[in-house]
Amino acid sequence: MDKQISLPLSDAAVKDLQVGDSVLLSGTLVTGRDAAHKWLTDCFIHPKTTATQEDERIFEELRGILDGGAIYHCGPVVAGLETKAYRFVAAGPTTSVREEPYQADVMKILGLKAVIGKGGMGSRTLQACREIPGVYLHAIGGAASLIARSVEEVLGVYKLEFGVPEAMWVIRVRDFPAVVTMDSHGQSLHADVRTRSSAMLEKLLS
Amino acid sequence: MKDLTAEILELIRRTSTDLPADIEKRLRDARDGEAPASAARKAMDTILANVEMTRRDSTPICQDTGTPLFFVKLPDGWKPREIRNWIRAAIAESTRLTYLRPNAVDSLSGKNSGNNLGSKYFPTIHFEEIDEGDLTIDLILKGGGCENVGTQYSLPDDRLKAGRDLEGVRKVVLDAVNRAQGEGCAPGFLGVAIGGDRGTGFTASKETLIQTLDTKNPDPALETLEHRITTEANQLGIGPMGFGGNATVLGTRITSEHRLPASYFVTVSYMCWAYRRRKMIVHDGQVTYT
Repeated sequence: MDKQISLPLSDAAVKDLQVGDSVLLSGTLVTGRDAAHKWLTDCFIHPKTTATQEDERIFEELRGILDGGAIYHCGPVVAGLETKAYRFVAAGPTTSVREEPYQADVMKILGLKAVIGKGGMGSRTLQACREIPGVYLHAIGGAASLIARSVEEVLGVYKLEFGVPEAMWVIRVRDFPAVVTMDSHGQSLHADVRTRSSAMLEKLLS
Repeated sequence: MKDLTAEILELIRRTSTDLPADIEKRLRDARDGEAPASAARKAMDTILANVEMTRRDSTPICQDTGTPLFFVKLPDGWKPREIRNWIRAAIAESTRLTYLRPNAVDSLSGKNSGNNLGSKYFPTIHFEEIDEGDLTIDLILKGGGCENVGTQYSLPDDRLKAGRDLEGVRKVVLDAVNRAQGEGCAPGFLGVAIGGDRGTGFTASKETLIQTLDTKNPDPALETLEHRITTEANQLGIGPMGFGGNATVLGTRITSEHRLPASYFVTVSYMCWAYRRRKMIVHDGQVTYT
């Protein structure tokens, strides 16, 4: 049975989620991938550049939207660019592990309780999920039009100058389908599968 | 020559939105091979529902519409320069119509061109002149997730105890599959090139992907190895999306190219389950698609 969960997530709701659970997620979330994580890191986590007033304003708004919320590793196909009547056409997850160097810090600085993507993440993010508590939700890679159907409304967009795929799109979703593959109890399906497949590989190569 | 921009636009639309029947059949078989109620089975059900939806609605199968890779075979009378212009015009129009996501990013400034037109390799177009036959344009849309897990080995590889023979090839390809886990959107398809230099190895491994799944390898030893690698890759148990399961690799294609005495590259191009591949044939002015 699918578990219905709503954003923002409470600690209790996060702790209730276990690796293997199928969930249907509803609420407001924000897309963010490579450029967004680099921007957050360079401006606010390990400052390399001075944030502009505009950066500061966006950051504060994001903290408001994302307190207890979810970031979605996704670079969507968006219609309505010319009229700004935005609509998500295709919106599956992108590979999450590229954000591994930044994710734990980004979760903490934005107050995130969930990260949505594909392919899973590493030990630092898993550790952050234990501490916060937080959870990693795996969406089905490539199922882009089906997932876009769960996007009810595009509420806004930040950093569109990053380009459509890299911008931070604020969206309201209903029954967004995902699977818990890393939980707040230290479990990672990805670590388990890798351990088993590596043992089998050793056998096949010997 | 008649301007083929509109026909190439249709090729792009079909490639992005309508998964080929042989790929879909392989995905359906893979779905049936996963345990009922497993996460793997559920992932395959979602994938197949999406495939049906995008065909019906003419929307992209995957939001990462990838690097457009064109392979053009042209008989006498066609001009590569003209075909390149048609392709570029069709790419920009497909982006405007949201069949493609704007994907061409300037590597230095980070600026997205907004229309999928970039420097000389974006979109990528390979031309081959042929003595006779029809003008054909093959298109593959290969997303970044699977492109990032593609890799190249230089044999011998001491860590894997892989020497310069087909047994060595088997070892490194299986290692590549294990390293990819679910990140390339498993269950995937492998294009493998033995030999070449570093550049041609990747080109050749990708070119194998334009073949349909039932194409027989002309070399019996390579065909045997293709089957063995597919079977053994599935024994790794990585499964759809890396959730664990029986379907990890749904097909392997191996080609061999001449190499330098000093070099023995094995290049693995990983294609995600959203194996977007279409062909356009121009025969006596009539355009057909497969």
